[in-house]
Amino acid sequence: MAEKKIIATTSLAGCFGCHMSLLDIDERMLDLIEVVEFNKSPINDIKKFTRKCDIGLIEGGCCNSENVHVLKLFRESCKILVAVGECAIMGGLPAMRNGIPLKECIDEAYLNGITVHANVNKTVPNDPELPVLLDKVYPCSAVVKIDYSIPGCPPHADLLWATLYALVTGKETEIPYEVFKYD
Amino acid sequence: MKASIENILRKYQHDSTRLMDILLDIQDELGYIPEAYVPHIAELLGLSDADVEQTLSFYHFFSTRPTGKYRIYLNNSVVAYMMGRSEVAAAFEEALGIKFGQVTPDGRVGLFETSCIGMNDQEPAAIINNVIFPCLTPFRVREIVRDIKENKPVEEMINYQYGEGQNASEMVRSMVSNNIRKVGPVLDPHYKVGEALKKVISMSPEEVIEEIKKSNIRGRGGAGFPTGLKWEFCRKAHGEKKYIFCNADEGEPGTFKDRVILTELPRLLLEGMIIAGYAVGATEGILYVRYEYRYLKKYLEEILENARKKNYLGKSILGKEGFDFDIRIQFGAGAYVCGEESALIESAEGKRGEPRDRPPFPVEKGYLGMPTVVNNVETFCSVVKIILNGGEWYKSFGTEQSTGTKLLSISGDCRYPGVYEVAWGFSVNDILDMVGASKNQVQAVQVGGPSGSLIEPDEFNRILGYEDLSTGGSLIIFGHHRDLIREVVLNFTNFFIDESCGSCSTCRIVPVLLRNKIEKILNARGVEKDLDEMLEWAKLLKASRCGLGQTAGNPVVTSIKNFRHLYERMIQKNKEYDAGFDLQAAIRDGAEATGRIPIV
Amino acid sequence: MAEIVRVYIDGKECLAQNGEYLLQAARENGIYIPTLCHYEGVKPKGSCRICTCKVNGRLMTACTTPIAEGMVVENNTAEINEMRKAIIELFFVEGNHFCPTCEKSGDCELQALAYKYQITAPRYPFLFPTKRVVAEYSRIIIDHNRCVLCKRCVRAIKDAEGRSFFAYRRRGQHIEVILDKRMSEQMDYEKALEAEKVCPVGAIMARRIAFTTPVGHRKYDKKPIGSDVEKIK
Repeated sequence: MAEKKIIATTSLAGCFGCHMSLLDIDERMLDLIEVVEFNKSPINDIKKFTRKCDIGLIEGGCCNSENVHVLKLFRESCKILVAVGECAIMGGLPAMRNGIPLKECIDEAYLNGITVHANVNKTVPNDPELPVLLDKVYPCSAVVKIDYSIPGCPPHADLLWATLYALVTGKETEIPYEVFKYD
Repeated sequence: MKASIENILRKYQHDSTRLMDILLDIQDELGYIPEAYVPHIAELLGLSDADVEQTLSFYHFFSTRPTGKYRIYLNNSVVAYMMGRSEVAAAFEEALGIKFGQVTPDGRVGLFETSCIGMNDQEPAAIINNVIFPCLTPFRVREIVRDIKENKPVEEMINYQYGEGQNASEMVRSMVSNNIRKVGPVLDPHYKVGEALKKVISMSPEEVIEEIKKSNIRGRGGAGFPTGLKWEFCRKAHGEKKYIFCNADEGEPGTFKDRVILTELPRLLLEGMIIAGYAVGATEGILYVRYEYRYLKKYLEEILENARKKNYLGKSILGKEGFDFDIRIQFGAGAYVCGEESALIESAEGKRGEPRDRPPFPVEKGYLGMPTVVNNVETFCSVVKIILNGGEWYKSFGTEQSTGTKLLSISGDCRYPGVYEVAWGFSVNDILDMVGASKNQVQAVQVGGPSGSLIEPDEFNRILGYEDLSTGGSLIIFGHHRDLIREVVLNFTNFFIDESCGSCSTCRIVPVLLRNKIEKILNARGVEKDLDEMLEWAKLLKASRCGLGQTAGNPVVTSIKNFRHLYERMIQKNKEYDAGFDLQAAIRDGAEATGRIPIV
Repeated sequence: MAEIVRVYIDGKECLAQNGEYLLQAARENGIYIPTLCHYEGVKPKGSCRICTCKVNGRLMTACTTPIAEGMVVENNTAEINEMRKAIIELFFVEGNHFCPTCEKSGDCELQALAYKYQITAPRYPFLFPTKRVVAEYSRIIIDHNRCVLCKRCVRAIKDAEGRSFFAYRRRGQHIEVILDKRMSEQMDYEKALEAEKVCPVGAIMARRIAFTTPVGHRKYDKKPIGSDVEKIK
């Protein structure tokens, strides 16, 4: 039997929807673990890379400094990096703030928003432990080299399956029209 | 104010196709076009407000907000920078206490940038209320600002000498110089006005066209379409009325020869237009002049008036029954793309200067849907000499495929910038020798303006002509001390971004992507792959509708082709990929908004 | 009687009326040439450049090029398809196209073209321009983030006197569609729906109605754009 491919996954500025969609491949998961092994990933809760991986799946774009660090770490640790879902590819929903100055976003969230009631001291979170927000939400390709992209919000489970299958086996696959979507 | 608008509209018979003139007149009167006037103008012309706004907002020199009693437009072309524009710009900002794009707090002075104003041989130059101020220095700037503070009329701020020739005449009174360095058969001032016209009316229109065809002259604007053939198409096209357009929109940075003709030989130009009118069977001519040359307005109008008095224009010209022809001047308002013939026609119809789809060509359906000939200033002038001396004579100049002479506008790093009339067939080396630029000091020559090519010394033996280096006549010379990428390619690419009409996706977007890539390389973040990508992306521009879009990638493409080593010097050797992401810059706003130290 | 001429599209002999636009002639012959700025019944503009073909060796837009006898057209070739794909990608980086939140998703022609060419991600860096969402009109909302500047609204939506409701403002990368303020006050609900329909993307949205068709039943959920043309064969 051929050696198993090692896969790592992460969610940056995403909603974990793409990971959920990966779980939606249902019983094919059993076929998948025959040929792959998961390394750092929220799926198995491995927090740190323990070895060089073959495939890194990235959900979400970069909205803060930590996202950038994690993404760069993935680039160093994975031979192939795949942007999964609209947020990783083009920023997605979080990037809708890109047209608004960051200060305005923060003020709206913590100071002026109509749902802000409890912040009596009018403070904005600024603990040094917190990642710093970026001026914009960046798609992954704006930070590191991305080898492949799987679109969708989230990508259809069949599309994820077909792409993973192709990446793992090295065989070209036909993508049915109905599963190739951006929403 | 309403009364004055009504006067202006009445002057143009409430004709919506004259919207450009209407807006220009309002702008001249008030210095800007108040937004509040738009509904009024629209109503009286039977247009929608949005119709008026779309024309108004297209042109660089129209403004809907007050831009001051003194409106300073400082040229930002490559050669302006080479001649000390940065110091001049800083002097303006300092003396006025404002930045470019701003108006002084008292609302008196506005300071703006503008693309090449056709003064490349006397940069840095600015336009202040339609008056040209060439050869600016920081000292001169301080004098100008002092005069402005003393509320002197702009016309009285000309305390340096007038330019030579007609520049010093009563109707022009300009500091602009002609710098005519070499005179050939077209620029030769020793000809008799009207003689060619007299000869023409003894010929049939077909014979005139035949003579032009015999000369093999091709359009002098740059595209090089055979003039005789164009006239013939237009003559044969069906239309109630036909039009002759002279394209004096001369917007290609580095070109200024048409300005010199308009100044010194306007009668020659008009005669050429009238001859074209006769040959084609047109009754109206339109001289479309770029806004930057508005200082010649009074002068040109008087020459037209005199021509009417002498019956060179009007009904039954020179007694020839049925030969009616008149010319009006149409000014532009700042748009390079209007140099494209169909955009020029759109503009003259009072619309946005967006090129049309072809076919149909203007010779079939041009101005107001009628058959129209559009020729360059220089073409019309050459035509007069062809009529006087014959097509065979004209062919004795130049080469087999490029007959006649060409006016060159030469600027940049050379001793004698100016206008040269040479026969086609000279090499770039010949030209460099002619203008006093020694070959070993020249790094590159931009042939044909930004839309042409940036060539290297190994190519200096190439020949100017349609068969090799075709050009509208602009040559800009760059010495070894120039940073070609930063000073030239970036400037030209920004020029194309500013001047795109925005209609085609390719021309609207690709130059922006190219500019970002150049900046990435200049910021030392480039990799080898970026160069290949730029070449690949620039190919898309070939799918644009007009010549502007199709050539907008040329600065990048020809510089990579001929000066790849300059790029390679700046790119990272041991890196395959760099997204150009700058984390430190990206966290600056976030750290500031939360009061944190921007370190990660 | 109009004259019938012969043109060759990718080697296939096609018959059509002389002077007809290439796009139309191709469609009548069951050949789909992709378009974005084209709208049936409205004067073509050739602004999106997606229908670019090689006509007798030259790049020409099919929507604006009248056919002539013997014309040789390259349409469905690797070179042309790659160029079209690249142009479609340009639109995605030029604007801010957030498909998951867009009311037009599934019915959007830009998105459908991207599906057809299986674009996973644009090759160009996103420009993320700051664009406005204009909600000051009583009948419609204009979201400039999504506008592809096809001029369909400008060309198609007119009042009884033939005046356009929409127009362009500025030029180049700063160009944007505007709605005539005074005319917008006379815009009725039908006109607003018509404008929404004419817009190939979700830039013009009629107020008070959105997300009416469930996912799976939208125009391009099941079948690629152009299927109806290719079916004619």
